Order: sequence, then structure tokens, then C-alpha cells
Amino acid sequence: MLEVSDLHVYYGGIHALKGISLEAARGQIVTLIGANGAGKSSTLRAISGLIKNKKGTITYKGQDITAMDPVEVVKSGIVMSPEGRRIFPHLSVEENLYLGAYSRSDKDGIERDKEWVFDLFPRLRERKNQKGGTLSGGEQQMLAVARALMSAPDVIMLDEPSLGLAPLLVNDVFKIIGLINEEQGKTVVLVEQNAFAALKIAHYAYVLETGSIVLQGTGEELINDKRIIEAYLGG
Amino acid sequence: MNLATFIQHFLNSLTLGSLYALIAIGYTMVYGILRLINFAHSEIFMLGAYLVFWGITLFHLPWPLAIVASIILVAGMGIMVDRIAYRPLRDAPRISALISAIGVSFFLQNVAIVFFQAIPREVYRPEWLENPIIFHGVRVLPLTLFVPVLSLLLMLGLVYVVYHTKAGLGMRAISKDIETSYLMGVSVNQVIALTFGIGSALAAASGIMWALRYPQLQPIMGTIPGFKAFIAAVFGGIGSIQGAVIGGLTLGFIEIMTVAFFPDLAGYRDAFAFILLIAILLVKPTGLLGVKMEDKV
Ligand SMILES: Nc1ncnc2c1ncn2[C@@H]1O[C@H](COP(=O)(O)OP(=O)(O)O)[C@@H](O)[C@H]1O
Ligand SMILES: [Mg+2]
Repeated sequence: MLEVSDLHVYYGGIHALKGISLEAARGQIVTLIGANGAGKSSTLRAISGLIKNKKGTITYKGQDITAMDPVEVVKSGIVMSPEGRRIFPHLSVEENLYLGAYSRSDKDGIERDKEWVFDLFPRLRERKNQKGGTLSGGEQQMLAVARALMSAPDVIMLDEPSLGLAPLLVNDVFKIIGLINEEQGKTVVLVEQNAFAALKIAHYAYVLETGSIVLQGTGEELINDKRIIEAYLGG
Repeated sequence: MNLATFIQHFLNSLTLGSLYALIAIGYTMVYGILRLINFAHSEIFMLGAYLVFWGITLFHLPWPLAIVASIILVAGMGIMVDRIAYRPLRDAPRISALISAIGVSFFLQNVAIVFFQAIPREVYRPEWLENPIIFHGVRVLPLTLFVPVLSLLLMLGLVYVVYHTKAGLGMRAISKDIETSYLMGVSVNQVIALTFGIGSALAAASGIMWALRYPQLQPIMGTIPGFKAFIAAVFGGIGSIQGAVIGGLTLGFIEIMTVAFFPDLAGYRDAFAFILLIAILLVKPTGLLGVKMEDKV
């Protein structure tokens, strides 16, 4: 479905990604874990077209999307919800959702999907006329996920959706991710610092360290891997 | 001062203020999105005025057609300015775009001198605009009524675009966070082009009405009104459309009313705008309706 091979990313003189290859099969949850600064966000940002200074190939459904700009990437069916949520604080919840659907022109489909995400996140329906900035952290995260879903993606990439949330809310977020994957059959690329929770729901996982993949395997394999337990799970 | 004179001054203030407001909107919209002071905006205003009279005298176009043609052409020029002078510098330090803006401003002024010559030209006005309307002792030129009404209509159109269309949603999103807008599928460059187009069209409309109100054309005619409109935008809170309108009207009123009430100060009328600017920057640096804008990196 989505394939990244030998991806390099440069920031000026900094060589941030040093040849990353990974794959997300249709309907899977794939997670990228790793310490701060390992290159997880850079990977997602390169796939979504935000980073132009890169080498390697990114293919999606057999098509080379390496050179696409973010708008084309969204239209092709891959959406990214950025780190730190980045909802629009001055726009209403509903406007934030419509913004997520900006690349679409099927009015009926957009309204249908809006009702669907409101069913998924009833809190957002209650607050649909409220400004995004007035929501709590957890609600903002819900909105960020809902907004990404509004583009009707096949692949949804989430950059640290549990960041800064209370433990109870973290659970909710992972539950929703599972739901999106199981019920809607969406492929999920999940970047997390919360390695344990991510590995638990992931079909496949990659571990990044300073710009390279150092370990990979099914979620189950990695959750029992001694190196992972020592490095990330505080074992 | 009797009531009739006061009403005359009031309407004159409203007229001048509306003209400032129409220009200020373009400054504020572009600044809101790109954090760029589009110095070429005052030349867009000037070109809007010239092109109408060019269309009429050279191509013998009827008035309405000349006006529409000028506004469309000038909107296109605004878009071209962005495309040629600003877009290539989007990722450059902001000072580069600012210098580019100053360059474009000089360039357009000089183009106008070449094409239209530097000497001021008299504007011929249709006769029905020359005859004052007299109503209960209030004597006003028809333009003093038309300008505020037309400006209001244009502003209502703008509000509709910004708050009730998809492109408007894109504009409001981009003004806060370009990168995330891009991620959500907003065609950022198209929306920016539209912003320049709309801002330029409003400036052209203002330039045309200005030339009818103060019937003279000159390649540097945009400089002072442009400057004052920019001050109006800062006063109202740069980035805020409502602020630009309030700022423009405030400036119009201050300018006309001080001269009306203190005729001795008439010679200093241009200074009032700058005093206002300094005062607001001292008291409230973000302007009346402005919010603090994070610098974009
Ligand atoms: N805009 C940038 N400019 C320069 N260096 C950057 C930039 N963004 C990220 N980096 C560097 O690239 C590396 C990877 O960062 P990132 O992809 O954000 O890691 P992660 O998401 O895993 O924390 C880090 O060393 C970081 O400092
Ligand atoms: Mg990151």
C-alpha cells in the first residue's frame, strides 16, 4: 500500500534521516517508535510532501508520490495529523472539520463524513460552534484526528496523538485509533513516544534511532524484545 | 458650525474614511497571511485610477466598462506582483520580501511615469457628478454619497467571501498556520493569489473613486493615501479586516474634523495620521483589534 525506500532527509547540513525503508500494508496499524529527535516526525513530514529536501522513493498504491506536494498527497488518500495537534484555534470546531475536507468537492460525502466523525466523537458535536482554541487538550486531539478523517483518507498518519494527555485520555485515543482501523479499514501509521501502548495495537513496528531503523518486527515481537524493554518500556 | 455644515463634514469624513478603508483591507489581508507589508499596494491604487481614464480617453470605453476593465486588470497585476516578486521569496528571510516589495513599488511608479508621464492630469468627470445635491441646506457632491455606499457594498461582498466561502475558510486558516493548512489540502498559493486579487481590486476601486473625488492623476498619487491606509491598518490591528475598516474610518474622521474644527491646523492634516500611529503603537502595539501574531519561521 505505502512503501518508503531508502529515504534521506536533510535540514541544511543536518542529515536527519539516513536511508529509511518501511512499509504499511493495507488495513494495518504500523507504528514508528523511538526517542526524541530520532526522526519520526521527519519521516511523516517527508511522506506528506512537506519536506522537499529528500532522497529516496515513496510509492503509494504502486504510484511514485515522492515529488508530490502536500495537497496532491492528501488528494491521493494519505493524510497526516501533525505533532502538537495544530488545530485552528480561531475557527469553530465545524470549520476545522470542513478544513480537513478542503481537498474534496463531494458536498454530500463531506456532510456524511461530518456526521460520522460526530458519532465517533460526540463531544465534538456538542461543541461544534465553539472555537477550537476553547477545547480541552483531549478534545483538541479528538478534533485533530477527526479533521484528518474528514479528508476521507485511506492512510492516516498520526504524529504523537497521545502527547501531553492525561492517562485516561491516552486510553481513549488508542481506542479510537483501533476503531478507525478495524471498523473503517483505514491504514494507520502511528508515531508514538508511548511505546508500550503503540506496540500493543500495532500490527508491525519500526524502531528509529538517530535517523535509522534499528529494529523492526510485529508489535508482539517487539513488546517482548529485551532491547525494547530496556530502552523504551522502562523494564 | 451649524447642523448642515456638520453633516457635510460628516459625509466628507465618511467618504475619505471609506477610501482609506478599502486600501487598508488589502494591506491587512496580505500582512495577515504573509507577514509582509506590500508596499506595491499604493501603486496598485494609482494604476486602478489611471487605467480607467486610459480606457475612456484612448479606447473610448463607456464608464462602467472602463471601471470594470481597470479593476480586473489591476487585480491581475496584484496577482502577478505576488507571483513574480514575492512567491519566489516565500522561504527566504522576511526582510528579502520586504525589500522586493519596495522595489516593486518604485518599479510600478516608474512604469507609470513612462506610460502616463509625470505631469499631473486633470480628470474629466461626468456632468452628473459635478452638480451638488442640496437637501435641507446640506450641500454635498453626489460622490460623497456614492463612495460610502459603494464601499459598504464592496466590504459586504468581502465579508461574504471571507466568512462564507471555501476559499475564505482557506484564507482564515492560512493566516494562522500555513503549514497545517497545506497538510489539510488547502492550495496555499491559489488562496494567496486570490487574496492579492481581492485586495488589489478593492484598492483599484478606491483609486478610481479617489480620482473622481480629487480629480487629478499623478504617478505618485498612491503614496500618501497608501501610507495613511497602512497606518489605518496598523491602528485597527494589522491582520484584522474589521480593524482596517475601523482604522480607515477613524483616520478619515480625524483628518476632516480637525481641519473643520481647527482650520488653523489645516496645514498639518497629514501629520495627524502619523501622530495617531505613534500614539497607538505606544499604547497598544497590536492595534485596536489586533492580536499578537507569532512570527513565522
Ligand atoms: N526544521 C528543522 N531544522 C533543523 N533540524 C531539524 C528540523 N526538524 C527536525 N530537525 C532535526 O532532525 C532530527 C529528527 O527530528 P524529528 O524528525 O523531529 O524527530 P522525532 O519526531 O523523532 O522527535 C533531530 O535531530 C532534529 O533536531
Ligand atoms: Mg516528532
